[in-house]
Amino acid sequence: MSAAENGKPMTTTQPVKFYQVGSFAVGNRLVDPSQRTIQADAARANSITSGHRGCQGCGEALGARYVLDAAMRATEGKLVAVNATGCLEVFTTPYPETSWQLPWIHSLFGNAASVATGVAAALEIRGRDDVRVIAQAGDGGTVDIGFGCLSGMFERNDDVLFVCYDNQAYMNTGVQRSGATPPAARTATTETVGREPGNPFGQGKDLPRLAMAHGIRYVATATVADLHDLEAKVERAMGFRGARYLHVLVPCPLGWSSAPEDTIRIARLAKESGLFPVFEAVDGEVTAASGIRKLVPVEEYLRLQGRFRHLFDSSGAVARSDVVARLQQSADANIEKFGLLRREMV
Amino acid sequence: MEKPFAITLDVGSSLANKTGSWRVERPVYVDRLPPCNDACPAGENVQGWLYHAEAGDYEQAWRQLVDDNPFPAVMGRICYHPCETVCNRAQLDEAVGINAVERFLGDFAIEHGWSFEAAPPSSGGRVLVVGAGPAGLSTAYHLRRLGHTVVIHDAGAMPGGMMRFGIPKYRLPRDVLDAEVERICALGVELHLNRKVTDLPATMRDGGFDAVFLAVGAQLAKRAYLPAGDSAHILDAASLLHSMEGASPPKLGRRVVVYGGGDTAMDAARTAKRLGATDAVVVYRRTRERMPAHDVEVEEAVDEGVLMKWLSTISEVNEGEILLEQMVLDDTGFPQPTGRFEKLDADCVVLALGEESDLSLLTGMDDVEIADGVVQVGPDLMTGHPGLFAGGDVVPAERTATNAVGNGKRAARTIDAWLRGETLPEPARHELASFEHLNTWYYTDAQKTERPRLEPARRTSTFDEVVGGLDETNALFEARRCLSCGNCFECDNCFGVCPDNAVVKLGPGKRYEFDYDYCKGCGICVVECPCGAIVMEPERV
Repeated sequence: MSAAENGKPMTTTQPVKFYQVGSFAVGNRLVDPSQRTIQADAARANSITSGHRGCQGCGEALGARYVLDAAMRATEGKLVAVNATGCLEVFTTPYPETSWQLPWIHSLFGNAASVATGVAAALEIRGRDDVRVIAQAGDGGTVDIGFGCLSGMFERNDDVLFVCYDNQAYMNTGVQRSGATPPAARTATTETVGREPGNPFGQGKDLPRLAMAHGIRYVATATVADLHDLEAKVERAMGFRGARYLHVLVPCPLGWSSAPEDTIRIARLAKESGLFPVFEAVDGEVTAASGIRKLVPVEEYLRLQGRFRHLFDSSGAVARSDVVARLQQSADANIEKFGLLRREMV
Repeated sequence: MEKPFAITLDVGSSLANKTGSWRVERPVYVDRLPPCNDACPAGENVQGWLYHAEAGDYEQAWRQLVDDNPFPAVMGRICYHPCETVCNRAQLDEAVGINAVERFLGDFAIEHGWSFEAAPPSSGGRVLVVGAGPAGLSTAYHLRRLGHTVVIHDAGAMPGGMMRFGIPKYRLPRDVLDAEVERICALGVELHLNRKVTDLPATMRDGGFDAVFLAVGAQLAKRAYLPAGDSAHILDAASLLHSMEGASPPKLGRRVVVYGGGDTAMDAARTAKRLGATDAVVVYRRTRERMPAHDVEVEEAVDEGVLMKWLSTISEVNEGEILLEQMVLDDTGFPQPTGRFEKLDADCVVLALGEESDLSLLTGMDDVEIADGVVQVGPDLMTGHPGLFAGGDVVPAERTATNAVGNGKRAARTIDAWLRGETLPEPARHELASFEHLNTWYYTDAQKTERPRLEPARRTSTFDEVVGGLDETNALFEARRCLSCGNCFECDNCFGVCPDNAVVKLGPGKRYEFDYDYCKGCGICVVECPCGAIVMEPERV
């Protein structure tokens, strides 16, 4: 006889954890503080403090604080950051002010990886293996100008976590194309003219794959839309010694011509459409990918951004279905390659 | 001061740069009105008590609940839960099982013997409440908590009104009702049973009452003229259900026809089944869609084998059989006779055609307006007679226990204000927290927990409760399905997503505030707030 027939309350088996917003929100009053994100902690390091001059809704300011606060937690505050020239450096340190609340060194545009190598070497010589080093740069300073130095740092396996905040163009200098600019995007140097308006297809660099090809210990991608995932990856990266690489997608309201309030939404759609695969790789092999929770077509991601406006008509309907279809193809290829719709990944 | 080469200024923090000056719009925390609260006839703060239940703080949840409604265990069984009909979660997967959690809290409170906080000593007015049904008891409870002396007169032998004499045991076990009524009486409410008020002005005068709340309900069955033979067995649903409280249940026969289409008709038919009827047939002149009975009642009745005869009227009742005339709906939805007849075997006909109030006690009170058989009242529930208030089934409104409880609360507040010579200000209502205000990405997917139901075969043979309750685990799960629409539940999203560290976290239960010195007005917090508790407002120049 079942419990229901017995007339007694039926005990239904519940999922082990269900806490209203689960692990999607920054915090959650229903779970133990240790299971909330570092950003939920009022005592977080706040590595970039208020008063910086990042634009309204700056994804990079957010991404850098997320990464560095997590690294500060992982290293118990013993951390040095080396920063390439770029937005992140410009908006945080207009002379004589600084937003940085940790030891921070500004390098040239192209040599952040080398400077970080030097800092790590100096610390090693002084026997301070407790102090860890992060190098950070935008996508220009990583995939273009800084790539030689970065490749050397990977190749020598220097004890540095290199973080690229990828906003997919040179924003600080006026939105010029970089090797990380996606196809069809409008930049100041890839105008929406000609048969293939915007950035051409078939160019650019996939830096996470290039990093993996160097055979370094740890490579991961993340977005500012999934904080739990991002913090877990920083913590994991700080658990390794040697060269590590973290690639964080940070939407840029200025360069992407998007509404400042949509920064996180756009990052989420980049992942949920499959255009930006979120995964991690150990010793050159992909070991995990974050599955898509609510699959969306790429146009939902594109439509929010002025840099793709030429693909839509004034009513918001797709005007260049040929271009959108090619972008959808690359999203579909990611979904296939990383198994983003496999149930066990979700 | 001596400075190094090429250095002319001291090192400073960017905190000197008040980026708040960039702002053209500012985020502001708001509380929006959750749809459940908006829809609750008893005016419960549903989202508010679910908030405590989510954290497993059932006592706090119960205390928040009974602030508005002293009958959670009763409501958790008999309320038609309009809150769930409008629940935003229904657009995501299924509505939160608010009613089930309410019942769990009510039962948990009874099990643990929780009582109300002691009411203040009686210092205010002396109020007579006529009728110990849901409206009267609710008013008495709230008035007592406001410090007034309350005396209830009820004609019946037991308190509860239609909760006892109209709702069958299989929907509301009497020990549950007794427990919640006793808890109200324990507040110091004077309850006089078997005392029917027949001359209200005299009772008011003799008892020295400052105000009266009239809540005698509606118990007189409406009759229809049916040509009937001498030996035809006809009774009404109200007295059938009433007599179920007595020692010997009425004899109905094997084939019972119930005439009417409301909840009472369903209750009568289901009761007939339980009394041993092999056939219980509901005859209704219109169609299922036009039936006033609530869906859940109809479904449960059909599950138990109650048969429905749509588009039919009874034109004649004889011994052992009745004559039905088939009807059609005209363009206005009104049933019209067709002249086609059929016979139906019936040992007994139960009329469930609605109930009326016995308002004879108002005789001589010319300033009380009665129209369509109900007492006319203003928004403050006061009749034309100063100090005489009315609520529940005697006033024009939906006739449900929940609505009566809501009337009772409202009346208590307006009576309290009236006794102090004030008028109750219309409370400001927050903007509705509609689905568009939510960012549902953040909520975990979770299906509703169904309450166990008794097997139909067992239902029709006993008066055991049909619907079971949730246990602590699944009640907690169900509470946590709440989206907290329009009200901050401290998920830390705003605090985490601000690129400018311009959100200050004030600590558990204290929520957050904006640091407008640095907030640039980007609006990410507004978009990423799961429950829509932040809005952008234009910056004042």
